[in-house]
Amino acid sequence: MSPIVLLGVLLLLSAAAYHVGRRKAFAMAGAGGRAVRLHSRPTYHGALVALWCALPALLLFGLWLSFENAIVTRMVLERLPESLRSQPPDRLNLLVNDIRNIAAGHFDAAAAEPAIREAAAAYQRLRGLSRQALSAAVIALAALVAVFVRRRLRPSLRARNHVEGILTALLVACSTIAIFTTLGIVLSVVYEAVLFFRIIPFWEFLFGLNWSPQMAIRADQVGASGAFGAVPVFLGTALISAIAMTVAVPIGLMSAIYLSEYAGKTFRSIAKPLIEILAGIPTVVYGFFAALTVAPFVRDLGAVFGLGVASESALAAGVVMGIMIIPFVCSLSDDFINAVPQALRDGAYSLGATRSETIRRVILPAALPGIMGGILLAVSRAIGETMIVVMAAGLAANLTVNPLKAVTTVTVQIVTLLIGDQEFDSPKTLAAFALGLVLFVVTLVLNVIALYIVRRYREQYE
Amino acid sequence: MNSGRETAYSGEPQERRTIAVVRASLPRRYRSERRFRFFGLLAIVLSIGFLALMFASIIAQGYTAFRQTEIRLPIFFDPEVLHADALARADYGALIRHGLDRLFPDVRGRQERRELFALISSAAVYELRDFVMRDPELIGQTLEVWLKAGADIDMAVKGHFRRELPEDERRVTDRQFAWLDRLAAEGRLEKRFNRTFFTAGDSREPEQAGIWGAVCGSFFTLAVTLILSFPIGVAAAIYLEEFARRSRFTDLIEVNINNLAAVPSIVFGLLGLAVFLNFFHMPRSAPVVGGLVLTLMTLPTIIIAARSALKSVPPSIREAALGVGASRVQTVLHHVLPLALPGMLTGTIIGMARALGESAPLLMVGMVAFIVEIPKGFTDPATVLPVQIYLWADSPERAFVERTSAAILVLLAFLLVMNGAAIWLRKKYERRW
Repeated sequence: MSPIVLLGVLLLLSAAAYHVGRRKAFAMAGAGGRAVRLHSRPTYHGALVALWCALPALLLFGLWLSFENAIVTRMVLERLPESLRSQPPDRLNLLVNDIRNIAAGHFDAAAAEPAIREAAAAYQRLRGLSRQALSAAVIALAALVAVFVRRRLRPSLRARNHVEGILTALLVACSTIAIFTTLGIVLSVVYEAVLFFRIIPFWEFLFGLNWSPQMAIRADQVGASGAFGAVPVFLGTALISAIAMTVAVPIGLMSAIYLSEYAGKTFRSIAKPLIEILAGIPTVVYGFFAALTVAPFVRDLGAVFGLGVASESALAAGVVMGIMIIPFVCSLSDDFINAVPQALRDGAYSLGATRSETIRRVILPAALPGIMGGILLAVSRAIGETMIVVMAAGLAANLTVNPLKAVTTVTVQIVTLLIGDQEFDSPKTLAAFALGLVLFVVTLVLNVIALYIVRRYREQYE
Repeated sequence: MNSGRETAYSGEPQERRTIAVVRASLPRRYRSERRFRFFGLLAIVLSIGFLALMFASIIAQGYTAFRQTEIRLPIFFDPEVLHADALARADYGALIRHGLDRLFPDVRGRQERRELFALISSAAVYELRDFVMRDPELIGQTLEVWLKAGADIDMAVKGHFRRELPEDERRVTDRQFAWLDRLAAEGRLEKRFNRTFFTAGDSREPEQAGIWGAVCGSFFTLAVTLILSFPIGVAAAIYLEEFARRSRFTDLIEVNINNLAAVPSIVFGLLGLAVFLNFFHMPRSAPVVGGLVLTLMTLPTIIIAARSALKSVPPSIREAALGVGASRVQTVLHHVLPLALPGMLTGTIIGMARALGESAPLLMVGMVAFIVEIPKGFTDPATVLPVQIYLWADSPERAFVERTSAAILVLLAFLLVMNGAAIWLRKKYERRW
């Protein structure tokens, strides 16, 4: 039975359990004059049986599927001949991948060695066996627990309280997923990054001026070559983000000011959604636009003025990224400008200030902390933006602040290091996680500061 | 303003001078007012202009991809080539070559003939094969058949290779242009609706490449995301908004949710790679894994939207339910949740639309492979629409530029429908208390 069919069967079983539980409750209650008073309504009895039928079985299902692969792989490896088994771990991993691919039918089995073919067959057989056992175990568990709970139904049973208790526990479990996600991110990224820093010293990574990870294929070359100095990558990220912010902040802020202070109702109701469409466009689309329209345009424009512009210039990627961030800056600034109390405006007007004077001398200073928070959030978004730079920025890590040259960014490096042939545990792939760690920490700090400022600011005027 | 005040306090008898200074400064101040206002308007015009420019350039590049050049050839289904017992392996190329020879009997010479055969797509043999396999009765007859032109020919017909260029700078030769002119004059050249684009998977040949595989991949991925993130997000929101008392634990959850909403999406991809692929050994390139990653990414959005939907239900509803003896769970499930559901659905649709356009985290879990087959399930290797766009955008062929733009148009159409649905839902069920 495939897992999805099994889940469907489980759902049916639990529906049946609901029905059984409810019927029993009705039977216990009796009818007419001999009616017994139930503590809970029959539907709660049904729900209790159904929940108990489904939940333990689901738990078993999840655990089984999580560990099935590891256990089956180990069993298959134990059957391999000694010569194959005694390889170093990384070769063994490749072997396991081959076996899995053959078993899944991705590779042609005929081309493989007989031992591996046999192992693939064993893998397939064991997995089939495991799936059968899983189906049997899950269905048996569900049925057994349901029968057991049904027998314990009594008129005095506080079925509603039990059901509500289970539901509340489920709600709590769901809300803790956010914590586990953060924990998962931190643990996985930190774990791999620590492996990386064992090979490349932390300070060399953070302050080295030379980044060329492609050269370091063999672990023993790396220590001396110093090819993992990430400063050019950080500088490239900063350069592109800075260009993006120079585009986004003035345009976004001025749009927000015009929309909230000058525009009439109709104009606002048309212009605001149009600007927000910019936020809904997928970033690949921006990337395509940057790579195919903006970058050649910038290059040709440079040629007109006699400037040599790289075809993957930081300028093109940065400008398009800026366009992407405009609606973000605009809507946050709009919120904060609207939050400034009307009394401040009226005070300024009554002193004879013009609108622009009111905006520049009263409203903007009052809204400044909030706007700064919004800009910090926008910066963190620019740093983490991936597709635009992957498609429009370069790969070579040049140590330059010239916006006409090609630079690379943290996200571009992560993507290029992790796409394609991967050797796990090589410094090349681990470097991606080290970069990911830096990215996560920097954006986290920016977000925390920004959220703190924004919250302080909101409280100020509420 | 400042200067006016300073003179007013400077001691001389000055009411007239103050007003004079203010009056004198007025033209300058009004000018700066107009300037400021103009900059504001300019900013809006610029951002809307960028939007228009982007749409215009993508539509201009992409709309031609919905039609594909086809050439009508007289094909003789030669019984000597098509043996009834080996139809699948017959040499259909010979039939096409034969048809071209019939139209252009005077073409001789290896190079010339090679150019001639390049008019027809190398994939046309499969079309012809399917045609014959469906109806073996055709064998022995001669039929006029529309066959796809090669990608370069298609581009030339659509005007992307200009004839004025020297011959060695374009991919279509003078001879081929002459043949095309003749075919067009005979009514044998037509741009017809490009069905392949909507029904095929990826391909190295632009004229054979389609988006259906990517659309299916997106569908399976989003299905996983929706099935997981909607119930979990709603449950988390209900707990935080209706049950949780303010404590360290709930504060921790809230801080986490707010931060996760701003974590770069590629970091979720790293999480997926390290946890789902390397630790749990889930299959690479599979929609399940992509869906799980996108679930973690969209959960904060959905939780935040669901909470604000719950917040907008007035407390009087809860008090009334509690007042007639409902338990808290009953209050929430029977009364608050139904009222908040439209708002939650709106937030979920917007979250799904964002997940549909997301590609960076999916690159990390291997959904960038070149996949020809249409995925049929949650564990088949697949790619998604935005990643397909990314892959095609990398291809050097001119014909892929057109198809990339067309794929973008399809993606934007999906997003438009989803966001439209969200707005419609909000308008229809929005209630002011």
